[in-house]
Amino acid sequence: MGFRAVKQPTRNPGAAVRNQGRTPARQPAGADSRVRAAGAVTARTRTGDRLRGWTGHHREMAAEALRRFFAAPMASGMTALVIAIALALPAALQLGLVNFQRAVAGWDGQPQISVFLSKDARESAVTSYVDDLGEDPRVAAVTYISPEQALEEFQQSSGLGDALAGLGSNPLPAVLLVRPADGVTGELESLAAALRESALTDAVVLDMAWVERLARLTELGQRLSLGLGVLLALGVILVVVNTIRLHIESRREEILVVKLVGGTDAFVRRPFLYSGLCYGLFGGLLAWMLVTLGVALLSGPVAGLASSYGSGYRLEAPGLSYLLALTCGAALLGLTGAWLAVARHIRAIEPT
Amino acid sequence: MITFDNVNKRYESGQDALVRVSLELDRGELVFLTGHSGAGKSTLLKLLTAIERPTRGSILVAGQNLNRLRNSQVPYYRRNVGIVFQNHQLLFDRSVFDNVALPLAVAGCNRREVGRRVRAALDKVGLLHKERQNPIVLSGGEQQRVGIARAVVNKPAILVADEPTGNLDPQLSAEIMQLFADFNAVGVTVMIASHDLELIARQKRRVLTLQAGQLIYDGIPSREAAYP
Repeated sequence: MGFRAVKQPTRNPGAAVRNQGRTPARQPAGADSRVRAAGAVTARTRTGDRLRGWTGHHREMAAEALRRFFAAPMASGMTALVIAIALALPAALQLGLVNFQRAVAGWDGQPQISVFLSKDARESAVTSYVDDLGEDPRVAAVTYISPEQALEEFQQSSGLGDALAGLGSNPLPAVLLVRPADGVTGELESLAAALRESALTDAVVLDMAWVERLARLTELGQRLSLGLGVLLALGVILVVVNTIRLHIESRREEILVVKLVGGTDAFVRRPFLYSGLCYGLFGGLLAWMLVTLGVALLSGPVAGLASSYGSGYRLEAPGLSYLLALTCGAALLGLTGAWLAVARHIRAIEPT
Repeated sequence: MITFDNVNKRYESGQDALVRVSLELDRGELVFLTGHSGAGKSTLLKLLTAIERPTRGSILVAGQNLNRLRNSQVPYYRRNVGIVFQNHQLLFDRSVFDNVALPLAVAGCNRREVGRRVRAALDKVGLLHKERQNPIVLSGGEQQRVGIARAVVNKPAILVADEPTGNLDPQLSAEIMQLFADFNAVGVTVMIASHDLELIARQKRRVLTLQAGQLIYDGIPSREAAYP
């Protein structure tokens, strides 16, 4: 009983050809166990051949997806461009943010700690304290401003010189301006606390406002680009779902025939998944080109602006990592969209 | 090879397409299935090709119970059943060769093997010289022969044909019938649904006649006994 050709070699037309040089016993056991469990139905191709056939089909479908993509260059190009524009927006925002951070990092936006010394502190004690601080690894530089210097500076900048001159004594304390070393931003509070503990200090003021505002602003920008990115990624997926749905509709006949000659759902899905991948890939590539073009157009004015501020800052173009991230990310989105489309529509196409 | 045991098929519309149909086909048999349109011929073939499932009763094909076939197993089952359609269902976006190669591509056959088997099948139906052409340029009879080549390229144990000569003139029909007889001669179990009674009578083969979903005749007709 069964389709097993070897059992009925004289009556099955395919037996002689099919079993050349092998017996069923030599067939790897696991290969068709799922099928065999069902009964007599057996696949008639050897496991190695099937694997080769499988990878071959993947290659073929990938090539065919490319061929189909370029067979209708206008339609495919427009879909890819829609994907590209949707991806270029958050990518450009992200790149702008990176450039902004790089730009402000060059400015003197370092946090600074102002240490107001006690009026009773002796000159010698202050000097040794300044030396001690200079050796602290968390401190980049210490500037000592004597009460006289402070008064002078204040007179100049406030324009209250005459009023101050009327005062009998200098009301200003000596000040230490402590610049923390790079990369200790997280330890600023503890550094400030250590400074506060010294007997010489009267008050310690951490100039954090600028740093914090910048950090908040950057975070806001990041959140915005992330939110926009998520929304537009969703848009990309929907575009691909719709495009692949149309592909499936236009190949309805073929899907029916393939199912009737024993094509599995996976076999039917494959070309559409590759098509989705293709759309994503080209969309990502175009998005990268759009962002690169945008940077090229902006870099002139930005360089001019920077040089007017006396800075040699230049806009950073999206590099290879951007290209990789954009194309891979977009390809993944395309694949996801195609999956959603085939999951919904291919099961609905069944021979009746 | 094929056993129908008290098979009922009722469609969702409430229509009873098959009523208590029992039949048995041996390996290597060739039978004709006949009856008026709407008698249940198509339904029987759909059950046999796992396009539809029986409402009641069981269908055994080569020892496999089709009632217990999971959806994921259906493709593997169909690879052992060659199907020939009345409208041949060829794909006009590819060559004759690629049309015939489809069942092999689906089964994951390697390229060399595909070439060999496709040419063997095309040779059998006498269309080897037209492998590069698009099936749309072929005549109706040739298209049907391409359809048959596709159905047998995978060397199925069972060949099912639904009105394979429906649109062909008597001479072409006879040629097609001869092809089926040839495949049957090498051991393939063949079931042909047809209402071309003259053609069937000339074959002197077993005939199953359906009427209103019931099997009313099963045997080799001496004369017109099988055709009410």
